[in-house]
Amino acid sequence: MADMNPLNLWRKFLALPNDNLTKTLAFAFLLALTASIVVSVGAVTLRPYQKANLERERQARMAEIIAALPQMSGLLNEVSVDALEVRLVNLETGEFEAGIDAATYDQRQAAKDPERSTELSPEIDIAGLKRRADFAPVFLLRRGDDLQLVILPVRGTGYQSMLYAYLALQADGNTIAGLTFYEQGDTPGFGARIEEPAWQALWPGKMIADSDGTIRISVVRGGAAGPYEVDGISGATHTSNGVSNMLRFWLGNAGFGPFLARLRAGEV
Amino acid sequence: MAKALGHVTGPLIKGNPVTLHILGICSALAVTTSVATALTMSAALTVVLILSSAAISSIRRHIPASIRLIVQITIIASLVIVMDMFLQAFAFEMSKRLSIFVGLIVTNCLVLGRAEGFARQNPVWPSTLDALGNGLGYSLILLVVGTIREILGAGSFLGHEILPLVENGGWFQPLRLMLLAPSAFFILGFIVWIIRCLRPEQVEEPEFRVVGLEEERRP
Repeated sequence: MADMNPLNLWRKFLALPNDNLTKTLAFAFLLALTASIVVSVGAVTLRPYQKANLERERQARMAEIIAALPQMSGLLNEVSVDALEVRLVNLETGEFEAGIDAATYDQRQAAKDPERSTELSPEIDIAGLKRRADFAPVFLLRRGDDLQLVILPVRGTGYQSMLYAYLALQADGNTIAGLTFYEQGDTPGFGARIEEPAWQALWPGKMIADSDGTIRISVVRGGAAGPYEVDGISGATHTSNGVSNMLRFWLGNAGFGPFLARLRAGEV
Repeated sequence: MAKALGHVTGPLIKGNPVTLHILGICSALAVTTSVATALTMSAALTVVLILSSAAISSIRRHIPASIRLIVQITIIASLVIVMDMFLQAFAFEMSKRLSIFVGLIVTNCLVLGRAEGFARQNPVWPSTLDALGNGLGYSLILLVVGTIREILGAGSFLGHEILPLVENGGWFQPLRLMLLAPSAFFILGFIVWIIRCLRPEQVEEPEFRVVGLEEERRP
């Protein structure tokens, strides 16, 4: 009868010569198993900390975009960033949605959920999103009753990663007050330079659409002229195009278009 | 005891992995613009090096020769992923500044070099000490390069201003070159030069000689 004592089997396994095929395969399997357990345990235990860090980063960027706007700094002394009003917008109609708590709404989760998101056809999906959540949070900053600033969360595919940004618009719904990226993984030194303040400083004052309502804003390769063009980053054409497409998508009809139309009509 | 100490002190100057073996240059260029990033990177690499050396050494008798490099890389890569996640969780700002270079420890020849060259053939304790020594040797070079670059490039050390900058009303105009990668090459070159002047036994034999050069030089 064969010896089935696991300890003895283990000793027998270890005693096999190292070039034995069985031992090689079993060794590779055990190593892969151990390595994957180590990595998985690490990932699961550290995820809450990483998420908290990302959340802090997101809020810091939000504070940054507001602090970077010259006419807002005076306003900021009166109201803290927390006094920003967060509303959920139904992207289909552009109306505010009161039924869902905006503070706990997770746009990224919703974009993955077929029940709460819309699949985008390839013609519309210029930003490479595949699905778009039905609701999106918008941040409104008011002084008294006057709307000062609208901040829209936007995302789009860059060169090798998803770019996440906040776009701040003046109350006219057509003048860009600022654009700041808070999460991206494009090439350091090239595409990742969209995070640099010097590049983000090119955005304030640019216009989105002309008087006909056609969206004109774009990132161009050198020699940006006029209120609708921003210089791209040399060596990062894909990232620059990604930023262009991201804005065109989110400002267009499939994105915040209906909401912005209401904003321009003074209904917000 | 003396031998154990030798494993740790040997790689500091005499057998320094960066200046003698010219290993780990990529990260030495990339993360040394400031002392803080250099120190974080050094700590990350030293920890990964020690753990991987200990792990590989402890299973050295059973590693099948045909897959030994894959085995070593797998162990190193797992440790690097965990280290990267650890930094993202507890040193988020720093991990953003180091960007991909923590992940690139996997491809750092220094780690695989010690695994293949030492840990595979030696018991656990000497391997761990050797890894510690090499990690410290790497850290020493990064610290020196990082210090020179931060002081000359930004006028500060660990973020504290040392040389008053012109823009703050002082006299020091920072050398922007020091913040670019080539400056690390120059500094490393000078360090290697100095060490090899003091220790001529480290000088390598030229691989080939240019024919006729000797004659031309004669007056």
